[in-house]
This record gives sequence, structure tokens and C-alpha cells, in this order.
Amino acid sequence: MNFSVVTTQFWSLVLQGLALGLIYSLVALGYTMVYGVLRLINFANSEIFMLGTFAVLWVEIELLGHPVAAKPLGGFELVYTLVIALVGSMIACAVLAVIVELVAYRRLRARGASRLASLISAIGVSIFLMETMRMFTESRPRTAPRLLEKWSFGEIAGANFRIDTMLAIVAPIIIFVILDQFVNRSRLGKAIRAVSLSEENAKLMGININRVISLTFLIGGLTTGAAAFLYTTVYENTVFNVGFNMGIAAFTAAVLGGIGNIRGAFYGGLALGMMEQFASAVLGSQWKAVTVFVVLVLILLFKPNGLFGEAVQQTRT
Amino acid sequence: MRLEIKDLRVHYGKIEAIKGVSVVVNEGEIVTLIGANGAGKTTILKTISGLRPVSSGSISFDGQDLNKIQAHERVDLGISQVPEGRGIFAGMTVLENLEMGKFNRKDRKNEMDEDLDRIYTLFPRLKERTSQAGGTLSGGEQQMLAMGRALMARPKVLLLDEPSMGLAPQMIANIFRIITEINKQGVTILLVEQNAQQALQRAHRAYILETGNVTKEAKASDLLNDPAVREAYLGTGAH
Ligand SMILES: Nc1ncnc2c1ncn2[C@@H]1O[C@H](COP(=O)(O)OP(=O)(O)OP(=O)(O)O)[C@@H](O)[C@H]1O
Ligand SMILES: [Mg+2]
Repeated sequence: MNFSVVTTQFWSLVLQGLALGLIYSLVALGYTMVYGVLRLINFANSEIFMLGTFAVLWVEIELLGHPVAAKPLGGFELVYTLVIALVGSMIACAVLAVIVELVAYRRLRARGASRLASLISAIGVSIFLMETMRMFTESRPRTAPRLLEKWSFGEIAGANFRIDTMLAIVAPIIIFVILDQFVNRSRLGKAIRAVSLSEENAKLMGININRVISLTFLIGGLTTGAAAFLYTTVYENTVFNVGFNMGIAAFTAAVLGGIGNIRGAFYGGLALGMMEQFASAVLGSQWKAVTVFVVLVLILLFKPNGLFGEAVQQTRT
Repeated sequence: MRLEIKDLRVHYGKIEAIKGVSVVVNEGEIVTLIGANGAGKTTILKTISGLRPVSSGSISFDGQDLNKIQAHERVDLGISQVPEGRGIFAGMTVLENLEMGKFNRKDRKNEMDEDLDRIYTLFPRLKERTSQAGGTLSGGEQQMLAMGRALMARPKVLLLDEPSMGLAPQMIANIFRIITEINKQGVTILLVEQNAQQALQRAHRAYILETGNVTKEAKASDLLNDPAVREAYLGTGAH
């Protein structure tokens, strides 16, 4: 054990924790948005993330023609390459999420199947997506080209303000602000809140429940796709089972903040990312994954509704 | 406007809750459906709104069979419901709740203001509380909000499920007065009640429902004077 790192590398750990944690937060939204309206854990979300990371590689390498060994880009080319990769990943994940809902959940729901049936369907979709990707990639990890040179804004108190870390912190914050405004102020956002409060009463308002459900899968897919882009840009590699650890961590983040609660996903991800970074600094990086599981078990045992309660946007009272 | 229910049967699992009910509501009427706990009143309203599937029989609205029409589309046709327990969106403000009521009506700002004006005139209390969270309103205020919200859709027929439930006598009288007022403004009303006294005084016609069957259908004023009905539902029968 090495406690001195906590003081010597404190700010550096905070930055790393923020970046990792906010990526978790974005994936956690994939769970939380869907849970808010369906009371269903969309276990396929982790594999949607996985496919998002491959979508980023595909856009960068195949579509825009930057091989893995390519030199970092600069100026306008860098910006539009990153934007296309980000948007491509978001769209791919969103489309996939909506299709997963149509194929795996909607028909079950229409027949009034139990939650357990949907859960099993979700796990089935997960396995299908992961195994398909395993075949396509022959189980080999893939490296992302380093298109964004990892230059630093400078160092403050031992913390290195690197561009990719900053991107992984700033982008999720922007996404959360937009989503928060959307859910609280827009007509469709209010429909999401209404359905999450009561499906029956939402129907009585003339709300098309199926559309709202598709919308939540779409939003969850968009944020998960953004996370896949940030993850690939920061860590520069992926593999067919990258979704497994990400899925557990993001699910833990969602539960930690209170599943179904959008702000909860934000803070849950942050808290988990921090805990993970500090635990692995003190105990050694082999403890990273263990930290996540310990947090998950503790929260389920002692505070199953999470720190902020189970609600989409503090609407349930 | 004409709402016609014919030989309706509705099941919960294997249990038959509605066992062949026929009810007609004509334009401009207040029709009341009276029955004890568990008689099936709520089930009938839910089925009209499309929240429960029909096992057999039919529901038609203006001659159109509702069977293939989804719940949210029935609101657009002109059927609005104030559900049992009011169904207020607790975390939304009074104004947001009212806005939800016209979810599918994409009309201009001034029409929205017109509707709000009309509703605030019926329920002045709501106007003082536009930004209060719906969940923090009193029971009576919630009932007003639920009725106002349903009216935002400009319904042709308004289904009311026990609007007097849990309210003090003065508030009950107030709510029933407003029901008559809404009816006079041209909205047809199907009123489910356990408070038979008030309901029969306000309604034009009435149906008595017992464990999933209609056992009596008559003018409301006749039922008010019917000894059997007085005994069973008004608690003032001759002994
Ligand atoms: N979700 C449900 N699952 C199973 N049975 C139900 C369900 N809802 C209602 N029932 C049954 O259907 C019957 C009719 O219920 P309903 O709620 O329509 O009665 P009601 O006349 O509205 O009663 P109340 O005056 O108490 O509101 C009852 O026997 C009830 O137990
Ligand atoms: Mg009832």
C-alpha cells in the first residue's frame, strides 16, 4: 500500500478520476434513461458501447483513411475528423439502441411479458452482439490511431492538463447540461418525465408511449456513443469485450447515483471514477475492477435506491 | 357525440370483471355510473380510454369502433379521463400539468392562453398556484387540477372517476357544481361515483353496476326516489 501518492499526486488523480468518471456517467445515462421509463435494465447497453468504440475506429481508419500509424492531425482536419468520429459513434449507438428496443423488448412488452423475460432478452442481445464482434475481430484487440496529439495545457500542482483528459471532462459536462435542459424544458422531455412517473396517466394525456420509449433508447444511445468516442480517444484501444468492465462500472455508477435519475448518473459516475483512481493508486492497479464491484455490492446492500434516489430528474416525490 | 358500449366484457387474467355491460352516453348528457367497491366502474372507464383491452363486445365513439384505436389516439378523438386518484404528475408544476393535458394539440400560443383562462375561471385556485408542484396540492386542489388538465384537450366527452373521493363536503359540493358548469359549456360527461346522492342530483341518466353487470338503468331523478336504490346506495332507505 502506498498512501503517500494520495498527497503527492492528489490533483493528478482527481483529473484522471474526473475523466474516467464522466465517461462512466455518459454510459450510465444509457441505463438510467431506459430504466426511468421502462423499469428495465438494458443490459445490452454495454455492448452498444463496445460497438461504438469500433465505430470510432472504423470512421477514423476506413472512412477518413487514417491508418493506425498515422501522424497526429492538426488544425481544421483534426477538428472535423474528431467531430465526424464523435457524431458517427453517437449515431451508430443511437440507431443500434433503438433497434435493440424494437427487436428485443417491444414485442415482449406488447404481449405483457414479465420483467424477467425482458431481462433475459437483454442478456441474450448482449451475448449476441459481443460474440458477433468476437468473430469479426478474431478476439484481437485493436489500436486506435493517435490523431489527437496529447499535448498539455500545462501543469498545475503536479496535475497534467492534457488535451484528451480535458476533452473527456468538458464534453460530458456539456452533454449533461443539454440533456438536463431538454428533459426539464422541452415538450418531449416532459413526456419522458410523464411516462417515468406513470405510464397510464401519460397515455391519458395522449402521449404515445412507444415513441417516448424509443426516444429514451435514442438518447441513451447518443450519450453512450459519445462515451465510446471519448474512451477510444483517451485510451486508444478497444477489444470485443471492452463493454464488460465498462458495463459493470457504468451500471454501478447509475445505481450509485440512483438509477432512473439523470443527475444521479452524473454524480454516480464522478464518484465511482474518483474512487477507482484513488483505490488503484493506493492499493495497486489490480484493485481497480475490485473497487467497482465492492461499491456495487455495498450500495445494493445498504442504499439500493442510490445516493440521489430513484427518479428521473427529481420528479418523483 | 355519442359513446356506445355494447355487451362489453373485460378480464383481468382469468377473472371476468365486466360481464356484458351496455351503456350509452348521448351528446350533452351527464350520465352517471353508480356501484359499490369492486363493481367494475374504474375498469369500464379504463377500457373506454384504451388502458384495458376488450375481451368481447364493442365501444364506439361517434359511430367509430374504438377497438383498433390506441389509448393516446382516443384523446385526440375527444375522449379525456380524470382517473381515480387524480393522476397528478407530482414533480411537475401546476402549469406543467395543465400543459401535459394538451400534449397533442399543437395550437397557437393564444389558444393555449384561451384554454388556461377558461380553466382558471372554473378553478380560480389553480391560478394562484401555477408554479407550485402538483404533488404538494391538497386533495381538492389536485382534483381541480386533474379536471382542468383533462379539459385542456378540449374533450367532447369527459370521463370522471370518483371526483368526490376523499374530499370534505364543501369541496364535494363545489366539484359537483363545476361538473354541471362544464356540462353547460357543452362537454358531455360520464361520471363514476359512489356518492350517489350528489351524482344522481346532477346527472340526467344513471346506470347501476353490480359486480360487472348493469342491474338498473333509469332517469337519475327516478333513481333518487327508488326505494331499493335509496336503501343500497343512499343509506336512507325505509326500514
Ligand atoms: N389490476 C387488476 N388486477 C386484477 N384484478 C383487478 C385489477 N383491477 C381491478 N381488478 C378487479 O376488477 C374488479 C373491478 O374493479 P374496479 O377497480 O373496476 O372496481 P370499481 O367499481 O372502480 O371499485 P372502487 O369503487 O373501489 O374504485 C374488482 O373485483 C377488482 O378486484
Ligand atoms: Mg374505481
